[in-house]
Amino acid sequence: MARSEPSAVSAAPPEVIPRPRPQLPTSGRLAVVVLGLVVLVAVVVPLMPLPSPRTVDTARSLEPPLAGRLLEELPELEPREGEAADAWIDRGFGELGPISRLMVRARVAICGRWAVSGLLGRDELGRDLCARICWGARVSLAVAVVAALVTLVVGVPWGAVAGWAGGRVDDAMMRAVDVLNSIPLVFLVVFLVTVLGEDSIRLALDSLGIGRLAIFFLVVAAVSWLSMARIVRGRLLELRDATYVEAARASGASPARILLRHVVPNLAGTVVVTLSLTVPRMMLFESFLSFLGLGVQPPDVSWRLLANAGLKALIPLDPAWWLFLFPSAALAVTLLALGFLGDALEAVLDPRRHR
Amino acid sequence: MIAFLVRRVAWLMATLLVVYTVTFFLMRAVPGGPFSSERQPPPEIREAIARRYKLDLPLSQQYVSELSRLLRGDLGMSFRLADYSVAEVIAEGWQASASLGTVAMVLAVVVGGGAGVLSAARPGGLVDGLVRVSTMVGISLPSFALAGLAVLLVVYEWRLLPAAGWGTLPQLILPACCLGAVYAAEIARLVRSGVVEAIQSDWVRTARAKGASHSRIVLHHAVRGAIGPVVSFLGPAIAGILTGSVVVEKVFAIPGIGYHFIEAATTRDYTLAMGLVLLYTLLLGVAGILVDLVQAALDPRIDLEK
Repeated sequence: MARSEPSAVSAAPPEVIPRPRPQLPTSGRLAVVVLGLVVLVAVVVPLMPLPSPRTVDTARSLEPPLAGRLLEELPELEPREGEAADAWIDRGFGELGPISRLMVRARVAICGRWAVSGLLGRDELGRDLCARICWGARVSLAVAVVAALVTLVVGVPWGAVAGWAGGRVDDAMMRAVDVLNSIPLVFLVVFLVTVLGEDSIRLALDSLGIGRLAIFFLVVAAVSWLSMARIVRGRLLELRDATYVEAARASGASPARILLRHVVPNLAGTVVVTLSLTVPRMMLFESFLSFLGLGVQPPDVSWRLLANAGLKALIPLDPAWWLFLFPSAALAVTLLALGFLGDALEAVLDPRRHR
Repeated sequence: MIAFLVRRVAWLMATLLVVYTVTFFLMRAVPGGPFSSERQPPPEIREAIARRYKLDLPLSQQYVSELSRLLRGDLGMSFRLADYSVAEVIAEGWQASASLGTVAMVLAVVVGGGAGVLSAARPGGLVDGLVRVSTMVGISLPSFALAGLAVLLVVYEWRLLPAAGWGTLPQLILPACCLGAVYAAEIARLVRSGVVEAIQSDWVRTARAKGASHSRIVLHHAVRGAIGPVVSFLGPAIAGILTGSVVVEKVFAIPGIGYHFIEAATTRDYTLAMGLVLLYTLLLGVAGILVDLVQAALDPRIDLEK
């Protein structure tokens, strides 16, 4: 009879079946590679042997791609010393941070006046499109980073507190989100940008060191966290009543342990997936604002700004197609990669979506 | 049902009031108004203008008088477009925006729904792969990029359609396709995931056990699983598409509402901006209520009273 005793069986430790490590699908891995490349370009663009994105050369206005020699010695890249060098960098590359400044100097020290020029054609002022697209990656990606950070820093805690606290706190916090959501977003933003762009207000902000670009980022930030707050709240409501959380509570786990061991890991997937959906939306949003002339302002460049100028250059006679096509392609490829990455992450991280 | 309607309409009214208040004070919080410009007219003319548009009254009185005017159903005169009432501006733009939106939406439902069903019928198949990639492209591609590409290829390269303008059928095709593409992609995605999920359900297994063919299962049983999410999506989408798409209207030079929307905000046309914002909020709210009603009619498990 002893053989049927369960204790005899359980003497051997139960075999733990290792859960297969979730693998990112191929499309997701490809997307990671593409995004990595874009980020790399945005970071090291000052080091790349490209012409300056701002130097005007009207003699070569609207040159199509690969019109001249690909590798050229450009007089504008003449190395300079001391004060003159700083002024030269400001003029040719914009007001850069110290690291980018160092990178520009390093690049001039290494490559001298040589640059890959005219690879993707030139705009109506003869500026090199390839250089402008590479520098534009910085602004376009900065939008993505700002949106992601705000979503994480504001949206997640907002939704988490509302969902965990419940009751009146939840009501009040979610009403705020509802009201913000029910105002037509476009209008609100158009409006905010006009308000903040008003001369007197702009001067006041300028004296505080807040430029137009910073305002624009603030606007993006203000609207990017809403859906994250909603989704996190919904998930927390679910988690709060989940059986395993209840079980943990019943077995005497401290609230901190419940949060860290049980809630946060289950929330992480939702957060990552929502993030991967929010970031491309915000990049599209940036592009929409720039389309209206409310986003990034020249001489700063973003992909959307370039594509917009390109759209205007699409005139029936002799359309300068490269001005539209290449910046749009840069934007589209990045957005597409983000989309595929989001899909892949969702498939891997969301336990309810197993097929 | 009645209680549901009353509650939702009350909530919509409250939202409209909040939106009205926020818009009102936001617009007036800005230094400079609709009539400030580089060249200042003589003071008496400025006073006359201010009096005509009641801009000389204290803010609280303006708030009340504008609200009471709106409650009477009068949207007022546009500040910037001389001799136009806001209602006239909206009515004019509405024709273009709504007809473009309707065509685009019909296209989106037909193409997107069809693609979604085809893709779900054989998950993992060739059609499915194609549909999934193209929906991803449709969703992530900014509409301006699509519109620009369409103009570049169809108009300049192949010379098939006119570039821009409004009023004839060929002029409608390209913008409607560009506008509808995004929605088609969204719908295809929703339909696909709805149908795929339904195919794994008990009732489909029962139908299969009773000998229903695969096409009958997909078209008759599983498609129903996709209707709910699509209806939820269509509500706000229709409200949005009817108020015009700024990008498509601008690229194809279509005189729709979307254009006025931006113009009103940037030029501080107080009345026109207010009218458009309220119209949009109203449409969105009504669409939300309709969606819930349709959902309840389609699915007896949904209880509106709750």
